[in-house]
Amino acid sequence: MAAELAVVAATPPRAETADGAPVVRAQGLSIVFGSGDQRTTALQDVTLDIARGSFVSLIGPSGCGKTTLLRAIADLERPSAGTLVVNGMTPERARLARAYGYVFQAPALYPWRTVERNVMLPLEIMGLKPEERRKRAARYLDLVGLGEFRRRFPWQLSGGMQQRASIARALSFEPSLLLMDEPFGALDEITRDGLNMHLHELWHRTGMTVVFVTHSIPEAVFLSSRIVVMSPRPGKVVDVIDVELPATRDLDLRETPAFLKVAQRVREVLRAGHSYD
Amino acid sequence: MNAGVALLLLAIGGPVLLALLARSDGRAGRVATPLVFGALVLLAWQVVCAGFGVPKILLPTPSEVALAIAHHVPMLAADFMQTVVRSVLPGWLIGCGSGLLAAILLDRSEFLRRGVLPLGSLVSAMPIVGVAPIMVMWFGFDWQSKAAVVVVMTFFPMLVNATAGLASTGAMERDLMRSYAARDWQTLFKLRLPNALPFIFNALKLNSTLALIGAIVAEFFGTPIVGMGFRISTEVARMNLDVVWAEITLAAVVGSASFAVLALIERTVTFWHPSFRT
Amino acid sequence: MIRRAAPVAVVMLAVLVVWYAASVWLNYDTAANLADEGATRWQIVGDTMRLDRPLLPAPHQIVAEMITSIFGYPPDNPRSLLYHAAVTAYAAGVGFAIALALGVVLAVGIVHVRTLERSLMLWIIASQTVPVLAIAPMVVVVLGNIGLRGMLPKALIAGWLSFFPITTGMVTGLRAPDPMQRDLMRTYSASGRQVFAMLRWPASMAFLFPSLKVAAALALVGAIVAELPTGAQAGLGARLLTGSYYGQTLQIWAALFAAALLALLAIAMIDLAQSGLVRRRGGRL
Repeated sequence: MAAELAVVAATPPRAETADGAPVVRAQGLSIVFGSGDQRTTALQDVTLDIARGSFVSLIGPSGCGKTTLLRAIADLERPSAGTLVVNGMTPERARLARAYGYVFQAPALYPWRTVERNVMLPLEIMGLKPEERRKRAARYLDLVGLGEFRRRFPWQLSGGMQQRASIARALSFEPSLLLMDEPFGALDEITRDGLNMHLHELWHRTGMTVVFVTHSIPEAVFLSSRIVVMSPRPGKVVDVIDVELPATRDLDLRETPAFLKVAQRVREVLRAGHSYD
Repeated sequence: MNAGVALLLLAIGGPVLLALLARSDGRAGRVATPLVFGALVLLAWQVVCAGFGVPKILLPTPSEVALAIAHHVPMLAADFMQTVVRSVLPGWLIGCGSGLLAAILLDRSEFLRRGVLPLGSLVSAMPIVGVAPIMVMWFGFDWQSKAAVVVVMTFFPMLVNATAGLASTGAMERDLMRSYAARDWQTLFKLRLPNALPFIFNALKLNSTLALIGAIVAEFFGTPIVGMGFRISTEVARMNLDVVWAEITLAAVVGSASFAVLALIERTVTFWHPSFRT
Repeated sequence: MIRRAAPVAVVMLAVLVVWYAASVWLNYDTAANLADEGATRWQIVGDTMRLDRPLLPAPHQIVAEMITSIFGYPPDNPRSLLYHAAVTAYAAGVGFAIALALGVVLAVGIVHVRTLERSLMLWIIASQTVPVLAIAPMVVVVLGNIGLRGMLPKALIAGWLSFFPITTGMVTGLRAPDPMQRDLMRTYSASGRQVFAMLRWPASMAFLFPSLKVAAALALVGAIVAELPTGAQAGLGARLLTGSYYGQTLQIWAALFAAALLALLAIAMIDLAQSGLVRRRGGRL
């Protein structure tokens, strides 16, 4: 897959860091669902900056609000209190400006479209010319190694291939921000390793900002430049850990003491924030 | 002219009122909106018919229909007895019962199931009411022929649905019963029938409407001088449309009431099914 | 293919055998009364399958009746079964087209306009539990009084009947996309029209086609029943009614089989349209 990456002449939407402003800035962000007896605080008083070009993982047990935070950045949830700024705009303005690509837990491919036409979907919505759509679809399908499957329908592909297609779809309109909600959660370990490697290379090449929700510690450590550890009831940030590992990584890195040290630290913070109730 | 003004008011005020009601999110809004809509339709009907002098032989007003119901209670009761109690009920019970039994028997043989099921679903899609004249010829003018039509109409939907229900058991659940060395009838009563209940209730509800249609239409082909279908066809010919509408109201009430009763039983019996869990 | 056809063939053969047995049994008394003095039992059994007005005609008699009444007369002759089938099919077809247009438009309205949904949905569901066919004679007579006769009243009843499954099927279909598929459209900030064209409409097709089959069958029933109260000049319903008046059992059975064939034809046409779409979607609806 690395070889494929090398031959593709992708134009990286690398954001210029001239202004140095964070891509995402949350201040005192709270989100409350329901009302009355069924009130649940999904997110409480979260303050967080996500720097341009960084790879930030949100990690924590179920119910810690990591997905909610991601959905709020994507303007799929509305903050109850606090401020949230995406690319210097409100999340809604950012969404209308099509500032980010979103990868869901499931591939969410439309079964009546071929893989290629699925990747072209956002491009159609954004009104690109058919010729440009095909070019982009071909480029990003090659990038995720699905070039020869573009005429297939989603349900004719394996789960891992489907998720790769959905990543190609998120990349196709070349957003500077990629939001990923446990994209590999439903895949087997071997497929997952491959996709992790793939994603890391992609991030390294393009220099885009990635916010990545996961509950796997090795995955978070392997991919991230920063890890945001969250705890549940109510969902809040308990620690932010900078991952000081080499910028280019491969899977063998996971056996090194440096890697294990970071992983150990994440595990301890998680355990401290979670009372096993 | 007054009717014109009233109609104009309804045409403007009605949708505005409905839109306002529909905006409220509570339970009250959900219940009130369709009820108000129904009331508005009745009101508009009344205003149009009374105000513009629509002749009674074209469309009686709702108030005239209500009067007709009040005046003909004994007749409506007799028609109800003949059509619903004597024709629909036994026909529906026999049709659904034999359909279910046939499905259970079919379930024993993969070969038979593959032979009967395509034919069964084909027959379900056919205009079976057409057998009415044949049944009248075989079983005479009285309720027996109507019940027979109902049996034929309700048998196939139940057969097809119940078979699908019995086949819907997951492999894991079946393996579990196998691991207990359960006998066939134990698997049937403890696993497959309960699992098929939502399908069976679907057929029961569908059949309750079909049965009413079958009995009424069969009466168009000849009856003793009582019954809802008989009344509708003769009163239409005599231009007593208020009585016809009274019968239609009765049919509508019977249809939705039996559906509601079945839905209620379904809810209590299959409360565990995902479609009822909140 | 053979694996699927064999069980069906066996069952159909069994149905035929039972049918012949039943027709001998049911017609035996009639045949015995008509038979000459001293006719043997086997002669009477043979006669049971040659009666003019059998209680239950043997299958080959129905087929023979269908062949003579289809090929024996020119198709515009009122004695031709083809003529009557065409009259009914025309009314049912027009009704079905009306229902399709109206049902789809209404479903789109219900999915997009909350007032419509709240006002109408309950009534649409409730009206499926009501034996709407009961109003057929009244509608036909009333429309006849204001000068509408012939095909149109029948088409209206056929349309009225088939309109409900199309509407409810389409409403379910347009609402079928799951939250994730809808969120995806939101992340692209797609317009309402784009969500409809690229997500809701294509997703609804899997629900439209099954309800179309139900609707086609209902349209046919509606057209046939609507032919009953008009004095029965033409159409399969008229054949059923006149056959029932004059005890022409063969005519009734032939009309019934013609109706069944029409239903098959309608379903086959919908299947054809569906398989065209399925092919374009790579093998799935």
